[in-house]
Amino acid sequence: MRLPCPICGERDRREFYYAGHAVALERPGEGAGAKAWDDYVHNRENPCGETRDLWFHESGCGAWLVVTRDTASHAVLSAVLAEEAAR
Amino acid sequence: MRFSGLRVLREGLTGNRGWQAHWRDASPKDAYDVVIIGGGGHGLSTAYYLAREHGITNVAVLEKGYLGGGNVGRNTTIVRANYFLPGNSEFYSHSLKLWEGLEQELNYNVMHSQRGQIVVFHSDGQRDAAIRRGNAMRNQGDDAELLSVAQLKKVLPYLDYAQARFPIYGGLLQRRAGTARHDAVAWGYARGASDRGVDLIQNCEVTGIDIEGGVVKGVQTSRGAIRAKKVAVIVAGRSSQVAAMAGMRLPIESHVLQAFVTEGLKPCIDHVVSFGMGHFYISQSDKGGLVFGGDLDMYASYAARGNLPLVEHVMEAGMTLMPMIGQAKVLRSWGGIMDMSPDGSPIIDRAPVEGLYLNCGWCYGGFKAVPGSGHCMAHLVATDRPHKAAERLRLDRFRTGRGLMDEEGTGAQHNLH
Repeated sequence: MRLPCPICGERDRREFYYAGHAVALERPGEGAGAKAWDDYVHNRENPCGETRDLWFHESGCGAWLVVTRDTASHAVLSAVLAEEAAR
Repeated sequence: MRFSGLRVLREGLTGNRGWQAHWRDASPKDAYDVVIIGGGGHGLSTAYYLAREHGITNVAVLEKGYLGGGNVGRNTTIVRANYFLPGNSEFYSHSLKLWEGLEQELNYNVMHSQRGQIVVFHSDGQRDAAIRRGNAMRNQGDDAELLSVAQLKKVLPYLDYAQARFPIYGGLLQRRAGTARHDAVAWGYARGASDRGVDLIQNCEVTGIDIEGGVVKGVQTSRGAIRAKKVAVIVAGRSSQVAAMAGMRLPIESHVLQAFVTEGLKPCIDHVVSFGMGHFYISQSDKGGLVFGGDLDMYASYAARGNLPLVEHVMEAGMTLMPMIGQAKVLRSWGGIMDMSPDGSPIIDRAPVEGLYLNCGWCYGGFKAVPGSGHCMAHLVATDRPHKAAERLRLDRFRTGRGLMDEEGTGAQHNLH
């Protein structure tokens, strides 16, 4: 699997650290309550098909990416900087 | 039809014409007391123990493919009870005890081989951890022995003891651990359940779960609607999809775990051997192939196949531990879909919907858990109370933070187990 880093171009999977579903971009507010925090930390949609997850370009430019890819085929559809996705 | 040595002899002399199908390939009825979604090892063992222990035989097992076609047919077949934490410790101990009587009970040769598992360690700190784990195993009532390098060299002469980076300091042996023929476990339970009246229904995909007023009423399937008083979801690898049919989001991520087998060789590895400095475990099948595996590929996947970086990593670990395997040719590799929970431990619990039961989150532990999981799940479904050996395998432990079973001490967080 190769991921298209917006800064470095297409790079080998080995250069990246995987940080799970892109749910981290939707952090609940402090007063959101236990249910919202449980969902945020533990519960996942875990789709079979298209998903958005977070990858850190650890051995490259150091950017955090939001990658859209297919969990059933391993096809990588797109990658954008997390900084831009969070806006 | 009962299997026996005499029967094998008689069939051999009469052209093997007397063997029959091991179970009935049933068609769905309109309604059952219990519907089990998933015809893998855990679903089949649950059906068996529901019938055998609780006398509940109006049961259907719904399988979208063929029986035993999922993870029970694609694992590294290791059976052990060497866990450290309360919860896992008593559960896997319970499961191992069931394994030990399984062949006689099922009248089925599951080729359970208690050849012993040895986890090697590579530093003084790891030796301390192995002693601590061994003591925990013995406190649970299971066996554990610490082996010195001299003792280890007698049984595993082929390890690279003087490896410059990871020298071997000794090993922790569990003699009662070993392997079993994975497919036969599914087939044996299927036969036992079918003989007691359970309907095993293949090519029957569940497409919906019917819930009215918070109470489960049945399931929709590719072969029509089926009413049920109770529904058990036992579909590790696909838990999130099936739970979504009941409006639930589970604390599960699906990951791929690869395994490998070499060409058949003369007997050379007598035990299950695990490396202490990375994920690598190996045993030799009765056909002679070296069966080994490693770590997750570490990204969410349902592809049932992995990527090359992990292949390279596993081969490196194997070559570091036992350079002799470089002589063997790898025949094939495959991937299974792991139901990964945040703390790396399983869930056997009631769902928030009345009459719905969950069995999921088996991470890497599913195969050895097959008897214990079925036994405890059947108890839960039949009595609505958890079995004593599984009462800590709760769904709400992540929300409450109480009773987490995080064996590696990395925190109850996805992607760390």
